Amino acid sequence: MDISIHTTTLPHDDPDASLVFYRDVLGFEVCSDVGQGRMRWITVGPAGQPGTSILLAPPAADPGISEDERRTITEMMAKGTYGWILLATPDLDATFEKVQAGDSEVVQEPTDQPYGVRDCAFRDPAGNLIRIQELR
Amino acid sequence: MCRPEWRRALVQAQRLADFARLRRVRDRIDREYARPLDVAALARDANMPAGQLSREFRAAYGRSPYAYLMARRIERAAALLRRGDLGVTEVCRAVGCASLGTFTTRFTELVGMPPGAFRRRAADAAGAADAAAGRPAPAAGPAIILDGMPAWVARRVARPVRNREAPAAGQRLA
Repeated sequence: MDISIHTTTLPHDDPDASLVFYRDVLGFEVCSDVGQGRMRWITVGPAGQPGTSILLAPPAADPGISEDERRTITEMMAKGTYGWILLATPDLDATFEKVQAGDSEVVQEPTDQPYGVRDCAFRDPAGNLIRIQELR
Repeated sequence: MCRPEWRRALVQAQRLADFARLRRVRDRIDREYARPLDVAALARDANMPAGQLSREFRAAYGRSPYAYLMARRIERAAALLRRGDLGVTEVCRAVGCASLGTFTTRFTELVGMPPGAFRRRAADAAGAADAAAGRPAPAAGPAIILDGMPAWVARRVARPVRNREAPAAGQRLA
């Protein structure tokens, strides 16, 4: 078996704002951008890693999802309790500076955690928690 | 406003904007829990009356901002005590609690035992694990409690939650 993790998804509520965050702030490459209006599916990934990507997708677009569920998901996104992802970089401080300069919501400045990692955290424009850990 | 569906959409948009504002308060507690934070200051900076903030925060996150702040502090305190190189009073100060009495009460309530007992038990467990693995006991070092999980998730899982069953065996919530 040779299986890699290819795509994971995060929801957006403003595709253009999310695109700016992942492309211009995090420096990801845009692999594809389909759909229109709020119904857009945007695939982004770290530069030089074509095998790994994040699909930014409209939340609860599946027609099988009820109105109540849809409302719950959008409310959880707004509350910041829905989507999250853990990224990693060898240079946490430079990454933090760059993301902070992009006027993003900082959740946590670079911190040495008592459990042995050093990390920081942001919100993306949709309220997803983006935690970035230092590679050692 | 003649169409009910427009009105509903407006109400829902306002609700989402209010949630985003509460999210920023919660993120600020996560970020600044070690500073002398109080609900009045959080409410002032969020442009809301303190009572309204407490009510809405509790409705959104299941507990008041004060309870969330104290849970955050106690969670961090448990991590520091588990590490073993700080005393209870130092840990209390490090997590932003001004009163040792309040700290001890809340810790006992959330973790199921007083901070001193928790520290001793963590030291015993780390010593036993080292002895079992044939390692000499280190003077101080992080004890890995949930092997194989991203550390941040482990922290979330291990976070004290009031009125819910404690994750670790042998601990009982008050």
